[in-house]
Amino acid sequence: MTIEFKESAKKELDRMLSRYPSRQAALLPALFLAQREFGWISDEVISYLSQLMELPKARIYGVATFYTMFNKKPVGKYFIQVCRNIACAMMGGDGLLDYLSQKLGIKEGETTPDNKFTLVKVECLGACGEAPMMQINDQYYGNLTKVKVDQILAGLK
Amino acid sequence: MNEFPKILSANWGKPNSAGIETYLASGGYEAARKALGMEPAKVSQEVLDAGLRGRGGAGFPAGRKWTFMPKDNRPRYLCVNADEGEPGTFKDRDIMRFDPHMLIEGIIIACWAMQANNSYIYIRGEFEEPAKILEKAIQEANQKGFLGGKIFGKDFNLQVWVHRGAGAYICGEETSLIESLEGKRGNPRIRPPFPPQKGVFDQPTTVNNVETIASVPFIIREGIPAYRKFGTEKSPGTKLFSVSGHINKPGVYELPLGYPLMNFINEVAGGMIAGIKLKAVIPGGSSTPVLRAEECQNVNLDYESLAAAGSMLGSGAVTVIGEGTCMVKLLEILTHFYAHESCGQCTPCREGAPWAAQIAKRIHEGKAELNDIDVLSSLGANMMGRTICPLADAAACPIIDFPKKFREEFEAHIRNKGCPQAKPFPVEFK
Ligand SMILES: Cc1cc2nc3c(=O)[nH]c(=O)nc-3n(C[C@H](O)[C@H](O)[C@H](O)COP(=O)(O)O)c2cc1C
Ligand code: SF4
Ligand code: FES
Repeated sequence: MTIEFKESAKKELDRMLSRYPSRQAALLPALFLAQREFGWISDEVISYLSQLMELPKARIYGVATFYTMFNKKPVGKYFIQVCRNIACAMMGGDGLLDYLSQKLGIKEGETTPDNKFTLVKVECLGACGEAPMMQINDQYYGNLTKVKVDQILAGLK
Repeated sequence: MNEFPKILSANWGKPNSAGIETYLASGGYEAARKALGMEPAKVSQEVLDAGLRGRGGAGFPAGRKWTFMPKDNRPRYLCVNADEGEPGTFKDRDIMRFDPHMLIEGIIIACWAMQANNSYIYIRGEFEEPAKILEKAIQEANQKGFLGGKIFGKDFNLQVWVHRGAGAYICGEETSLIESLEGKRGNPRIRPPFPPQKGVFDQPTTVNNVETIASVPFIIREGIPAYRKFGTEKSPGTKLFSVSGHINKPGVYELPLGYPLMNFINEVAGGMIAGIKLKAVIPGGSSTPVLRAEECQNVNLDYESLAAAGSMLGSGAVTVIGEGTCMVKLLEILTHFYAHESCGQCTPCREGAPWAAQIAKRIHEGKAELNDIDVLSSLGANMMGRTICPLADAAACPIIDFPKKFREEFEAHIRNKGCPQAKPFPVEFK
């Protein structure tokens, strides 16, 4: 089965294309859109975008692998990214990662068997005043403590 | 909260501070109207005379940069750098979240000065919330006729777009940002040509930081003496400082340039956390030289004073490091960061940063020899000034400085065959 954007996604891409003088400039927006629609950037997605953006597959692959936000393998429903950089580390970032790892029963880089959670470490998220912090999907969570983490995880259905 | 002048953060506490009505009520968009009644060159001159220096790290005079744009009839672009990836820096996020219209008004003025009709705000991909707030603000400004065609009745069009990055620190470097905006891998370009000659889509381009642009409306509205009333002769105006680490009140503070560093730490930012003593400060973001506590005593937060102390104002990211912090561990984290973020085009950067990261890790784990400390220093020296972009220099800075300024700590790791401390940091996750 070949994949294709829904009409709404196609419209969205057209809107993005109108912002740039060249078609290829919309590649990052197109990759974001594809990730939202298809979950991750598979070879199939790369082939589809190659047609759509009129660019060689190698170009799409090269761009998709350059940027950390494009997932080259499937991730869980909740993608937990824990900041590992200096401000967060100094405020207990390692402990935060250990705590999450223990609560979810997975190591850094892994996904729970029910595909609900993926846990990774990332570089500074630009919110160092709220250290230690993490990002789950689009949302930032700062000034974390065990109690707060418990509450946040309990809220994720 | 404090008695300091507020230029950039004047609206932050207000209800719905991001809304256009709030901004208009504070005199918003009057500066843009005024600027569009002036000769474009006069606008650049005012910004130059006000002494506004780039807030993205390098401190280049903003008004001068704008005059580098050629006056031919090619389309011109302003790229606003909202990539904010330098560890310790988190000020631009607050400008965008709390007062996006100040940035948009600054863009209008800067674009008028350069006669640019298109502007992209390149925002780091993780900043979903600020990006949404900006999109809404741009829509509001379009509806009011502050963007689009015939702005303020002038024969001047301006489109502003938000462009999201996708997770790459290097894209904060201006030529990498340009490549990324064109839909490519963010590999920095060899200069010349410089962006004003050949930038995004091969057209004349200026890249400015969010805070630089957001500082412009005040200068145009209130005038040069009003701006120069704050700060020092050579570093006029105010600046946002992001403070993090072992500090009681981490966050973003607007201060006049030239404010004493120790007063900032002890008074404004609430002093050290949990009675921990100050060990060191990285005063301007992770790529500026670290200062030991005793080196911080008479330092002021401005370009000149920090340079005299052997460091830099950088992006104004003050990372406060308390006693009980293992500097070898910190170096390990920083070198790992630069190794991860190197785009890989230049050998000294691609090979040097991971090598330094391995050595720092070995020293921390007690698997290194004394000689490794000197290897670090020579590695750092060999990364300096030999690459396409300054990321390698930034990476080299802690590789050289940490072992130099904390030599005894590095040696202790080697003698002790591992970290002499039970935990690398004095604060634990609770
Ligand atoms: C590796 C690297 C990362 C950078 N990251 C940023 C950034 O996140 N934000 C920024 O404004 N400038 C960053 N810069 C500086 C930009 O290249 C550029 O000098 C700046 O955006 C110019 O704006 P200004 O003159 O208004 O300061 C970075 C530079 C380098 C070498
Ligand atoms: S110095 Fe590093 S980041 Fe900059 S261009 Fe060279 S390899 Fe890339
Ligand atoms: S160090 Fe964690 S957000 Fe910056």
